[in-house]
Amino acid sequence: MRQHSFADVPPVADAFSAQVADTAARVVANDWVNAEYKLIVLDAPGLAATAEAGQFFNIECPVVGEDKPFFRRPMSTYAADSVSGRVAFLYKVAGAGTRGLAALEAGETTRILGPLGVGFTLPEDIGSIVVLGRGVGLATLAPLAEMARERGVAVTAIVSARGPEQVLSVERFRNAGAQVEIVLDSDGTSDIANVEAILRRLHAEGRADGFYTCGSNRLMLLMQNLAAELGIYGEVAMEQQMACGLGMCFCCVRNFNVEGEIVSKRVCWDGPVFPLAEATSW
Amino acid sequence: MVDLAVDMGRGLVLANPVMPASGTFAEGLAKVVDLNGIGALVTKTITAELRGGNPVPRVSEVANGMLNSIGIPSKGIDHFLDETLPFYRQFSSPLIVSISAPTVDDFARAAERLNVEGVAGIEANISCPNIEEDGKAFAMRPGTTEQAVSAMRKVTELPLWAKLTPNTGDIAAVARAAEAAGADGLVVGNTILAMSVDIETMRPTLGNVMGGLSGPAVKPIMLRMTYQCARAVDIPVIGCGGIASANDAVEYLLAGARAVQVGTATFIKPGTMDEVIAGIAAYCRRKGFNRVVEMIGALNAEMMAPDVMEAAQ
Ligand SMILES: Cc1cc2nc3c(=O)[nH]c(=O)nc-3n(C[C@H](O)[C@H](O)[C@H](O)COP(=O)(O)OP(=O)(O)OC[C@H]3O[C@@H](n4cnc5c(N)ncnc54)[C@H](O)[C@@H]3O)c2cc1C
Ligand SMILES: Cc1cc2nc3c(=O)[nH]c(=O)nc-3n(C[C@H](O)[C@H](O)[C@H](O)COP(=O)(O)O)c2cc1C
Ligand code: FES
Repeated sequence: MRQHSFADVPPVADAFSAQVADTAARVVANDWVNAEYKLIVLDAPGLAATAEAGQFFNIECPVVGEDKPFFRRPMSTYAADSVSGRVAFLYKVAGAGTRGLAALEAGETTRILGPLGVGFTLPEDIGSIVVLGRGVGLATLAPLAEMARERGVAVTAIVSARGPEQVLSVERFRNAGAQVEIVLDSDGTSDIANVEAILRRLHAEGRADGFYTCGSNRLMLLMQNLAAELGIYGEVAMEQQMACGLGMCFCCVRNFNVEGEIVSKRVCWDGPVFPLAEATSW
Repeated sequence: MVDLAVDMGRGLVLANPVMPASGTFAEGLAKVVDLNGIGALVTKTITAELRGGNPVPRVSEVANGMLNSIGIPSKGIDHFLDETLPFYRQFSSPLIVSISAPTVDDFARAAERLNVEGVAGIEANISCPNIEEDGKAFAMRPGTTEQAVSAMRKVTELPLWAKLTPNTGDIAAVARAAEAAGADGLVVGNTILAMSVDIETMRPTLGNVMGGLSGPAVKPIMLRMTYQCARAVDIPVIGCGGIASANDAVEYLLAGARAVQVGTATFIKPGTMDEVIAGIAAYCRRKGFNRVVEMIGALNAEMMAPDVMEAAQ
């Protein structure tokens, strides 16, 4: 029988201190930003407001009429401010859960579990990054632009949308000092070939030491191929259906390519941010 | 102060009767709640061999509950002993390791491997397919239950619990077989085989088509089975199914469960076990029980006897 030694096991902690909080959060505002997206701002002091870029929360969505969401819904931190104790989420009203969320009014409360998961990293040697997002993916990337500004890293944000009405977060990126390029389906500029040309140009101009993306399989594959070709550091924030958000249920697994080997990882626990090179298409 | 301790037999005493259900608990919970306060810690089922689990989607919502077809992804017992066990040894709560295997012999081999410091007990998940019996779960029948449990009993002195499946016709008979084979406790029970369909895509909601139903929707069924088993055996019964509040747990304890497991509810609210522990104590105070064991099996079902019913008419 094998012998097991526990000499290196840390001693039982004297006082428990939580790293993730299940907070009763009060709604400050919950307004439409366009026809499909709402921005909810919550009072959630304490741990909740310490979330970093790329981390997420599991949000309890109220029962409204026929909509009876059983699980909480994962949402990226759009903003988290430990000084004001406020946390915000930008979300698309899609189904039973987000319809319930959309019904919350100022003054009401809901429970949010977080901060969860592993967020974005900015390696020391990076002076400039490109963030490329579409739809709700932009909600995930917006705090990254602020994190980059704090570290003195230049940001170019490529914002992709169906048409001008669906463009999200441009002000947020500009306020964070990012240069913004908008590409649209309606005028053909969001075409993969055009986005590729923009990325190559940014790289040639020395504005692309890092690639960061979220929200579109097509755009992720484009960045992945270019990053490999040009030797650029990259990260991607992934989504998957979730139940617990804490690595316990194993429902949120996806396949990743780790040095040529396909391994399954839990998006909520090992991610949601992963090395760009490891992502496989969805 | 209410004494919440429960004696599970074979030297295993829990500080309180509340623990997680296998597969709904992992290291991540330690970030939210103090695991030293939980009666016992029960691991996700591990198997000797490496397993990948089922295709996604692996879960879906149903009215008041969920379906899962996670399968049993496992990195194997060696990985568990080397990587996972040291983590749990940080906590004072006893660690119960859930195991599963495709054959009787493999169950025994897995149980034997757990005779190591830091493992307080074994929960045998005999609700999984038995390859020698054409895929029928061991716990679907008394005979296969008896074989699996006695094979494990021969190789371990650790407290040994058998986790039964509700997917059987006569759970009391299965419970008696497990007791006769030397089980020290019964967990009643696992998920109920079920399915659901997405009418828009016209596909099953789970990648694996069928899956296990859990959550509040199953509570009345699992409570009934816990009651039946508690009456059929003398060893402790651990109630499991749909417990989301202290009141749910109290129902199980009154029906004869010596301890309870909380599963799905922890996904929805990670602090559920803490709330259940505090709520059981509050119930005991309110009802004048000094020790939680006084309420175990205290259900008064007598007035349901036919002569009483007639007298009432
Ligand atoms: C880490 C992470 C961060 C996210 N951040 C945002 C965000 O900032 N803003 C935003 O609008 N959306 C975000 N999403 C997606 C969001 O969780 C889903 O749109 C939402 O769960 C849909 O729920 P629903 O009940 O409205 O829709 P339904 O379609 O009714 O949902 C049914 C089920 O599918 C699950 N589901 C559906 N779509 C997704 C999806 N894309 N990802 C995960 N689960 C899904 C739901 O949780 C639920 O269990 C994020 C997802 C993840 C995993
Ligand atoms: C996602 C999920 C995974 C599970 N995995 C296991 C497992 O590995 N082993 C096991 O014995 N039971 C497993 N179960 C069953 C639970 O332990 C429990 O018996 C069941 O969920 C009923 O309790 P609940 O209604 O409180 O969840 C799992 C349940 C769920 C929801
Ligand atoms: S959502 Fe439960 S493991 Fe990721």
